[in-house]
Amino acid sequence: MPEGSLQDLRLVGLTKRFGAMTAVDDIELTIPSGSFFALLGPSGCGKTTTLRMVAGLEEPTTGAILIGDQDISRHKPYKRPVNTVFQNYALFPHLDVFENVAFGLRRRGVRNVKQQVDEMLDLVELSGFGPRKPAQLSGGQQQRVALARALINRPQVLLLDEPLGALDLKLRRQMQLELKRIQVEVGLTFVHVTHDQEEAMTMADCIAVMNAGHIEQLGSPTDLYDNPSTVFVANFLGQSNLVRAQVTGTDSDNLLLNVQGNRVVVPRARSRAEGTEVLLGVRPEKLHLAPASADATPAANTFTGTVLDTSFIGVSTQYVVRTAWGQEVTAFAQNDGRAALVPPGADVVLSWHPEHGFCLDASEDLTAGVVIDDEADVRPTAGART
Amino acid sequence: MATAVAAASSRVAKPPVKRPAGEAAWRWLREHLVVIYAALALLYMFLPIFVVVMFSFNNPAGRYNFTWQGFTTKNWTNVCGVPGMCSAVTLSLKIGVLSTILATLFGTLIAFAIVRHRFYGRTATNMLIFLPMATPEVVMGSSLLALFINMNVSLGFTTILVAHILFNISFVVVTVKARLQGLDPRLEQAAMDLYANEWQTFRRITLPLVFPGILAAALLAFSLSFDDFIITNFNAGSQTVTFPMFVWGAAQRGIPAQINVIGTLMFTIALVVTLAVTLAGRRRAHR
Amino acid sequence: MTAAPTARIASPTGPASVVRRKRGRFLPYWLLLPGLAWLIIFFVVPMVTLLTTSLQTGDPFNGYSLTWHWANYSDALRTYHAQLIRSFEYAAIATVAALLIAYPLAYAIAFKAGRWKNVLLVLVVAPFFTSFLVRTLAWETILSDNGFVVRVLRDVGLLGANGRLLATPVAVVCGLTYNFLPFMTLPLYASLEKIDPRLVHAANDLYANSFTAFWKVTWPMSMPGVVGGTLLTFIPAAGDFVNVQFLGAPQQQMIGNVIQSRFLVASDYPVASSLSVMLMFLILVLVVVYIRRAGTEELV
Ligand SMILES: Nc1ncnc2c1ncn2[C@@H]1O[C@H](COP(=O)(O)OP(=O)(O)OP(=O)(O)O)[C@@H](O)[C@H]1O
Ligand SMILES: [Mg+2]
Repeated sequence: MPEGSLQDLRLVGLTKRFGAMTAVDDIELTIPSGSFFALLGPSGCGKTTTLRMVAGLEEPTTGAILIGDQDISRHKPYKRPVNTVFQNYALFPHLDVFENVAFGLRRRGVRNVKQQVDEMLDLVELSGFGPRKPAQLSGGQQQRVALARALINRPQVLLLDEPLGALDLKLRRQMQLELKRIQVEVGLTFVHVTHDQEEAMTMADCIAVMNAGHIEQLGSPTDLYDNPSTVFVANFLGQSNLVRAQVTGTDSDNLLLNVQGNRVVVPRARSRAEGTEVLLGVRPEKLHLAPASADATPAANTFTGTVLDTSFIGVSTQYVVRTAWGQEVTAFAQNDGRAALVPPGADVVLSWHPEHGFCLDASEDLTAGVVIDDEADVRPTAGART
Repeated sequence: MATAVAAASSRVAKPPVKRPAGEAAWRWLREHLVVIYAALALLYMFLPIFVVVMFSFNNPAGRYNFTWQGFTTKNWTNVCGVPGMCSAVTLSLKIGVLSTILATLFGTLIAFAIVRHRFYGRTATNMLIFLPMATPEVVMGSSLLALFINMNVSLGFTTILVAHILFNISFVVVTVKARLQGLDPRLEQAAMDLYANEWQTFRRITLPLVFPGILAAALLAFSLSFDDFIITNFNAGSQTVTFPMFVWGAAQRGIPAQINVIGTLMFTIALVVTLAVTLAGRRRAHR
Repeated sequence: MTAAPTARIASPTGPASVVRRKRGRFLPYWLLLPGLAWLIIFFVVPMVTLLTTSLQTGDPFNGYSLTWHWANYSDALRTYHAQLIRSFEYAAIATVAALLIAYPLAYAIAFKAGRWKNVLLVLVVAPFFTSFLVRTLAWETILSDNGFVVRVLRDVGLLGANGRLLATPVAVVCGLTYNFLPFMTLPLYASLEKIDPRLVHAANDLYANSFTAFWKVTWPMSMPGVVGGTLLTFIPAAGDFVNVQFLGAPQQQMIGNVIQSRFLVASDYPVASSLSVMLMFLILVLVVVYIRRAGTEELV
């Protein structure tokens, strides 16, 4: 286990500018010891730069990095109890696997490295690969060597910069579970950088969503998903339907909204908005879709509309529905066999439980954080197509 | 449709339709034209080498070694029988080694500075590295001589060494620079991340990875130095004779066949060394 | 003790102390110092000395002094313009010939040699490991009057009964072409090797014949190698005097021969220097114009 007890990592007002461009903008973050922490954000948002500052490979323009109470932001990289798994592994091509893994131990003057290295190769399931050169390993194996090479030093914090980015989808899924297992086994603090929201959600205890150099929201995966606090998070983490609404009143626990003449109730605790103009958000899978019946009385939290498109995906069906006021919203229905497929052109009623709606600030750009091109199995959907 | 099938099957078995032999030969020739041409060019390049090797076994009748007179091994058994030649070779070796060491050191340092640092005057430095390579040897040799004459420096071993280091520096910089530019900076960062301080990072990561480039530069520098005549001729004075200068002098007075022995030896040793380095590199890449 | 994760969300930026690493600012200059000092003292200073020497007057016995005698240049030109022009002619012909020989060779190594690439490259350079002078002497043997080449040429009637190759421009240009071949081949190979062979295949599909394909795709992409190779061949060829000495006759003297003999035999330093300066100047102009026209500046 790491020398001394494990301590929290704190970033205080951390900022990095490259000339006029601000890559990391005044980040304030506490990462609890022993946690699996994910830094999630689109490409170019400053994730790598943040990690490099923690590792000491980039100097902060301003701000401090603390481990426990010790400010390490002026320490040389080799003086920090922090190790990195690099984005492209950066294995030493002239050293074999054994020497790659032993590198950190040797530099710290550890005498008998053999046993430790063998144990570590065991842990990453590479026993017997010691004499090979990195060029003779597959991508997944190289990834494990990079992990072993960092882990063997038992750092206070292990930084992983998109460690699975170069692997194919199947291997990536497998390595996600593996990484999680290893983290639980060694009990170190992992800071895992990724732009794959699914990866972040399956692995991390806690996710910080980053955008354009700052942190949009911090929380557990379910927190972030169920109660996003910005349009960016609502769109970047899964998909959201967002519609403009007016606040017409409040009661003890709820906000009462008017959406194009429809009455909508949202719990006050689920609103991040102020003022009377807000954005109402509902996740597509939280929308219940039913054929419109003639005698339906307009209830709260329902919209009526017409199905524009029905795509059968297998486990679920994705509907695009045009609402009465002409906006397109998306709804997912589980194919559990209880309801028949609704064909395009049919009139439908969309409804949802008040607990599933959320309110966001109306001044935000509706398309912030929309994932347009992700190779993961998330289909692109504009939050709201108007 | 039929031709498509034929073409597809021809890859597996012999083509079903026999073409006229002339056309096939023409096709073969056209496809291999470049290779044949290259082989001829290579042959042409080796032509003088055959002559050098062959005439090292010649038993010349007079003072010149231009016509084949008969086979003998006496030139090989009595290499140093020619007055002055072996001392000239020794001198060339000495200057070659010294100038290689210093030029490789200086050039490697410059290459590191240029690739790894942004500093004021970087463009001017690049220019200063490039210029000597664009300068004809007579100009470089005569300008150095002009300096030495104006400074009243007596010509000899030192002035030759100075000149050789000079023309080698640029070639070393260019060679090492190329290797250094191909080195991923993240490897060094990874080493620093793994508790290697600046010196250990240099010693354990940078140097081993750049070493092939430095070695190539050193080999190049040595062969340039050993073989240089024009610049040396300007800066050697009359007493100090390198091997190329010995050949030059001999060409006026009579050419002993032992010169071919040295030529053959140079060729063989250099070929063996470079082939060994190349094959070692290939093995390393494959392992 | 484990704290709950916290973050301040998207707060405005506040000023804080600026840090910057001061150490190592002078490091590059220390690295440059020995090599650059060498280049300045033994390359830049001599060039200036050459320039001042070219403006001196005097004689070998009483010494020379700087008199700003620009007429040295016109005198030198008047006496030696033929050699100067001849140098550039011979060098140009030899460069073109070397390009014709080396291009297919480099092409074959880059695209057809497979795993033998490196070995072939070594073989291409290998002949030039023997001394420059020794291999030029070998050409003297090959081209000599009772050698094989001359005899064949006489038999087929390309040379008269007493025709010779030695002491003719042909022999000199042959020697120049041969001697600087690796300087042509290696840059050509380096730029050809960077071309993706799939691109060549695509071009062969795209254009009607493979010559057009070559002309439209491979040749333009190998331009940096062509520029580099021709310069590296032309420059030493233009300044050479060994090939004339061994293979030619006084009628084929090049500017290198003149500089050499003016400096080392006649001790006529001012005229020799002015010729050197002119040669350097012409070469530099040529290099700049040529690189500009060819649009490749990555050589520097
Ligand atoms: N050395 C540098 N000089 C100038 N700008 C830089 C430098 N390094 C990074 N940047 C810029 O800083 C921003 C953040 O870069 P960073 O590498 O941290 O992004 P990232 O979130 O890791 O992206 P990705 O997911 O693509 O790896 C980018 O706009 C990038 O162009
Ligand atoms: Mg990154």
